[in-house]
Amino acid sequence: MTPLDHMIILPVILPAMTAAFLVLALRHHLKGQRTVSIVVTALLLGIATFLFAQASDGTVRAYRLGDWPAPYGITLVLDRLSATLLLLTAVLALCVAVYAAGGVDGRGRHFHPLFQFQLMGINGAFLTGDVFNLFVFFEVMLIASYGLMLHGGGPARLKAGFQYVAINLLASVVFLVGVGLIYAVTGTLNMADLAMKVPQVAEADAAVLKAGALLLFLVFATKAALVPLHWWLPATYAGTSAPAAALFMIMTKVGAYAIIRVYGLVFGAGAGPLALAAAPFVIPAALVTLGVGAIGLVGSRTLRDLSAFAVIASMGTLLVAIGLFDTAGLSAGLYYLVHSTLAGAALFLIAGLVQEQRGAASDRLLPAPAMAGETLLGGLFFLAAIALVGLPPLSGFLGKVMILQAAQAAAIWPWIWALILAASLVMTFGFARAGSVLFWASGPASESRAPPALPLAAVVLLLGLTVAWTLAAGPATDGLQLTARQALDRSAYIGAVLGPDVRLATGN
Amino acid sequence: MTLLLVVLIPFMGALLPPLVIRSGRNTCAVATGGVTLLALALLMSHAPAVFSGEVPKAGVDWVPAMGLSLSVFADGLGFFFAAMILVIGLLVIVYARFYLSREDPMGRFFAYLLLFQGSMVGVVLSDNVILLLVFWEMTSLTSFLLIGFWTKRADARQGARMALVITGGGGLALIAGLLLLAQAAGSYQLTEILSRGEMVRASPLYLPALLLVLAGAFTKSAQFPFHFWLPHAMAAPTPVSAYLHSATMVKAGVFLLARLWPVLAGTEAWFLIIAPAGLVTMLIGAAIALFRNDLKGLLAYSTVSHLGLMTMLLGLGTPMAAVAAVFHVINHATFKAALFMSAGIVDHEAGTRDIRRLGGLMVLMPVTGTLALLAAASMAGVPLFNGFLSKEMMLEEAAHTSYLGLDLLFPVLATVAAVFSVAYSARFAIGTFLGPVRGDYPHHPHDPPLGMWLPVAVLVVPVIAIGLFPGPVAGPLVALTAAAVIGGPLPDYHLALWHGITPALVMSLVAFAGAAALILAFRRADALRARLPRIDAKAMFEASTGMFVVGCRRSLVALHDGALARYMGVTVATLIAVGGYGFWSATHGAGTRPPLPVTATALTAFLALVLASGGVLAFHGERLTALILTGVVGVVVALAFLQFSAPDLALTQISVDVVTTILMLLALNLLPKATPREQSLAVRWRDGTVAGLAGLGVAGLAYAVMTRNGTSISEYYLTQSKPGGGGTNVVNVILVDFRGYDTFAEIIVLGIAALAIYALLDPALKGAAVRRIKAMLPRTESRDAHPLLLVVATRVLLPLSLVVGAYIFLRGHNEPGGGFIAGLVVAIALIMQYIASGYGWAAERMKVDAQSMIGAGVAIAGLTGIAAFAFGRPFLTSTFGYLHSPVVGTFELASAMAFDLGVFLTVVGVMLLSLAQLSRVAHRVDPSPESREPMDVQLERTVPRTAGGES
Repeated sequence: MTPLDHMIILPVILPAMTAAFLVLALRHHLKGQRTVSIVVTALLLGIATFLFAQASDGTVRAYRLGDWPAPYGITLVLDRLSATLLLLTAVLALCVAVYAAGGVDGRGRHFHPLFQFQLMGINGAFLTGDVFNLFVFFEVMLIASYGLMLHGGGPARLKAGFQYVAINLLASVVFLVGVGLIYAVTGTLNMADLAMKVPQVAEADAAVLKAGALLLFLVFATKAALVPLHWWLPATYAGTSAPAAALFMIMTKVGAYAIIRVYGLVFGAGAGPLALAAAPFVIPAALVTLGVGAIGLVGSRTLRDLSAFAVIASMGTLLVAIGLFDTAGLSAGLYYLVHSTLAGAALFLIAGLVQEQRGAASDRLLPAPAMAGETLLGGLFFLAAIALVGLPPLSGFLGKVMILQAAQAAAIWPWIWALILAASLVMTFGFARAGSVLFWASGPASESRAPPALPLAAVVLLLGLTVAWTLAAGPATDGLQLTARQALDRSAYIGAVLGPDVRLATGN
Repeated sequence: MTLLLVVLIPFMGALLPPLVIRSGRNTCAVATGGVTLLALALLMSHAPAVFSGEVPKAGVDWVPAMGLSLSVFADGLGFFFAAMILVIGLLVIVYARFYLSREDPMGRFFAYLLLFQGSMVGVVLSDNVILLLVFWEMTSLTSFLLIGFWTKRADARQGARMALVITGGGGLALIAGLLLLAQAAGSYQLTEILSRGEMVRASPLYLPALLLVLAGAFTKSAQFPFHFWLPHAMAAPTPVSAYLHSATMVKAGVFLLARLWPVLAGTEAWFLIIAPAGLVTMLIGAAIALFRNDLKGLLAYSTVSHLGLMTMLLGLGTPMAAVAAVFHVINHATFKAALFMSAGIVDHEAGTRDIRRLGGLMVLMPVTGTLALLAAASMAGVPLFNGFLSKEMMLEEAAHTSYLGLDLLFPVLATVAAVFSVAYSARFAIGTFLGPVRGDYPHHPHDPPLGMWLPVAVLVVPVIAIGLFPGPVAGPLVALTAAAVIGGPLPDYHLALWHGITPALVMSLVAFAGAAALILAFRRADALRARLPRIDAKAMFEASTGMFVVGCRRSLVALHDGALARYMGVTVATLIAVGGYGFWSATHGAGTRPPLPVTATALTAFLALVLASGGVLAFHGERLTALILTGVVGVVVALAFLQFSAPDLALTQISVDVVTTILMLLALNLLPKATPREQSLAVRWRDGTVAGLAGLGVAGLAYAVMTRNGTSISEYYLTQSKPGGGGTNVVNVILVDFRGYDTFAEIIVLGIAALAIYALLDPALKGAAVRRIKAMLPRTESRDAHPLLLVVATRVLLPLSLVVGAYIFLRGHNEPGGGFIAGLVVAIALIMQYIASGYGWAAERMKVDAQSMIGAGVAIAGLTGIAAFAFGRPFLTSTFGYLHSPVVGTFELASAMAFDLGVFLTVVGVMLLSLAQLSRVAHRVDPSPESREPMDVQLERTVPRTAGGES
């Protein structure tokens, strides 16, 4: 193995070791923590970029931990899909770290170690090729996000945090049950091995396996905030600090990613009697999710609540695309995924700034004295809102149109179109109402200071990336089509993990 | 490529005004005008080509995968509209420079205006339907910003929102419509689509596409019943009204109908839907306009009416009507923009736009008055002005139209609309400028500076020039544009003042006569109108959106009531339903593996488990009891592990159980002692049913699993443990080697948990939280907080426990044990010191910092894994060797042991940190002096205190 081959594991161990270092050496040194955290996150971005470039050649790369052969040891798998999400995570993380360094990280202990551990968990989940290891990294994510979520304290945060952890622990238990059932029938945990064994399931075992598969699906759906399993999201995202909420934008995507991996590949179109096991549920639930998100957005009383429901709506839209389980749907979905992560994070960060600037009025959607930087924040909000609603000219519109185009493969496409467009209208209304109250209907100026530079820079960076994502939509979609094709290609994945001979044996 | 720049320049130029506003308002206006002029010049560079019949095109790919390209084309229609947008834009910029006051942020205004201009030019030049959609919605968005420009005015905000919701919503329908259209035509390029009219009209998607496109066009062009947003958009500054809401944006719908005319027109549906919609809009708009007292309101409804006129003409579907529509677009743009600007001047100078407070301004502001009267005459359709010509053509077309067998419907209603149209024009002119001079204007009116009236004058020039010499002045432009609309040979028409005695002329004369009567009887008509029920669209819109918001809020509150029990209930019910579906929808065969015999021990353990679980259910309100009963579950599980030959797991289970129980006890000490009963019996039954079903489901699945013989990868672990992992304890080798990566992450989970607990409880150390806990805690405590026996026992046992821990750690690779269990054992030993002797005593003696232990543990485990890199192996690859030592003999040294050390340190650190932080909170709450008794003999203290008595 050459040193470069180890790059695959770095997105996991670099943040882990950084967090350990921060706890060991810089525990009482916030400035030092900030510097190290930002530098490491930038480094992570470099690594992710390298991996992305590497994966762009179309090869699926496996990394066998402990040098144990698959399926006995744990295998990491780097393909275009995981590389894309690693890169997205790193980009988002850098913006969030910069924002947090503006002062939020000092409101409690251990922000940066928790932040790094969180990154480790997310990256680990994107890289793993093992279902049980996915569980482990879900746990890392869950516990780190719990810490981040509560960071800074407060009773509302504590209550939301308790619900968050309670619902997610239930999900973890169900994860174990699901994995247990799948293991009981197939005798393996490696995804590639599963993808081989699931189609050959004995008739007598199919029911147990399918029950396990669907329970596991519900776990991922919980993470992805699919209605009616979305309960944890609004209070959590609205209750936590702005940078934490912004980082959490990628966590719902982990759920979506897991659905793509497990239900596109293991239980995908080629899974024999269990083919597309989760497909009947995804699109209907996603449409309801979109509706709940849009209605919640209009009914929200604070900007952070509104942002949280915008996230739910965007997850609905995203899962409509993923639920198609075909190349067009998946590539549209992935384009939208990147978009909604960046724009959603920007919105949460803006909400954080608004909350700070408005003082006592916080981010409640009621007129208050004008804050300093009203025009600037209003402009940024306008852009973020356009992006999230999916109005032109930003990437949300492009993503939405791609999804509409792809949705025609589904029998219920008129419903999908009607709901997506109607939800856009409702969201337009909700955002227009909120924005005009927050940034237009304000009274005489209050004596707030101009918004702090670092957090502002983070917001501008995120929105700039959204614009860049819009401009680069051509090459991006070309790449994502390859990504989608690869993600749904069982033989390439199985071959990379279990060796080319196996691929020949399966004959696909 | 310059054609593409025509679209892009306004967008790029939009950055300019906010930048140069510091150099003054004139510079800002000049910069904005310069941008527009540049775009116009570039457009005009294509004029020769366009007029010679070529269609200049330009474009670059944007997103080929979705059929989106940044491609533009300038046929007659697009060229004409783009020129109109830019020319009027230029005039509006000049006008706005003098219209806006010093307080208005002009940089922002011009930036918005340029963004709008770019979007609008984009709409009319797009060759790609998706690109057209992009620009279409951007005009809605920029219009939102411009209507709401005076942000502190409630009516501006409401008007802006209403316009956005209606036109933006229509735009969303248009997205669907144009996508379907593109699908029916098999191309996203308009130039392609325009040549495939037959194909589209034959497609089953034609009707849905048409309806959705009309939803977009009608909302944008304020057609009945979507007309109501336009008058409320008048809250915008007048330059915006003149530009967006009379000359350009509201014509986008008309433009779209004209653009798609060759593809969509000519069917029954087209005529039956569009023509009457236009007719009704024309009539209603004109009728309402007559009774508006606000000048801008009057003009707004007049605009609605004229948009209806154009829509109706396009809806008729005949080439002749299309020519008339195009001609009227030109004429309306000139006189209406001029009138809006005049109204703005009046408002600016006289301080009011209320027609009832105006009159006689002709004397005071002769220039404005003259210009406005000329434009109003055109609006009324007086001969010699351009409005007359296109209106005659409209009446002529209406006269020949038969709708569903009704021959008179169109001619009569069009004439009635013409009556109103003449009447409101007259009212506008007379009420504002004619009549006696009044003494009660809010300001003293006089003609504005040149910059404000010059744009009006420029617009009035074509009003007269076309009116007098229609053929030479407008002929080529109309022919060019109309040819593009029709997409085929032009009909035989003649732009002229005099066509002889035609039906249209008769209808016109009727209109003038009727209008004269109406003006004379205006008071009575107005009184009559006042008695009619008034439909206040804005109030209705606000009320219905308000109701919608309330509805959303209610459903939100009902759905997200914050009750965890309900969330969990729905979640579990979903699990049951979907899991059950999964099971029942697939084939199932009963397991074949014979069950084990039921032994007395197994039965006892089973009953203990059942009783304990039931007990937890029954006594969950009493937390201490519930905690102890959960302990029973842990013990039984440990016994089961032992029974099935998994001593490692049993050991782990036991130690984990002990540690968690201790931590929970400490935590419970700081919490209320009982759970309040909150739920009704019915709710509890419901929840119980859901939970019971879930439990049965899991039990059933577990039974199904246990009764079948699966093959699994575990065989490999059994055979490879020694040769590959260097250990005979397979469980340990799995933990630290085969799946060491899992373990690495799991110790991190523990570490994070401890750090999170630490961070979480940190605020609890502060005043308010401490007081709250204090108030909650019972006052009675055990007399003997540090019992002698316990203190002595724990201290004596400490070294022993540490040795046991070391032993368990070292033998872990081959025998039951390992870093995890060793860590727990050592942690228990240390925790016992805290419990027995108190936090202060133990903390003082604890020289190793728990957080550092966690950090070091994770670091050591990680570094062990990374060390493999040096040997060219993947992360966590283990190695082992055998050392020969004279004393101990041969023993094995595996790299996995270093990893296990990391595990060990992390586990100890986690337990200690959690405990320490809990104890610190308790200590803050009850900061009684620490016991130094009974074992610490301190020489300087002569009077011993009774053990533990002070707590």
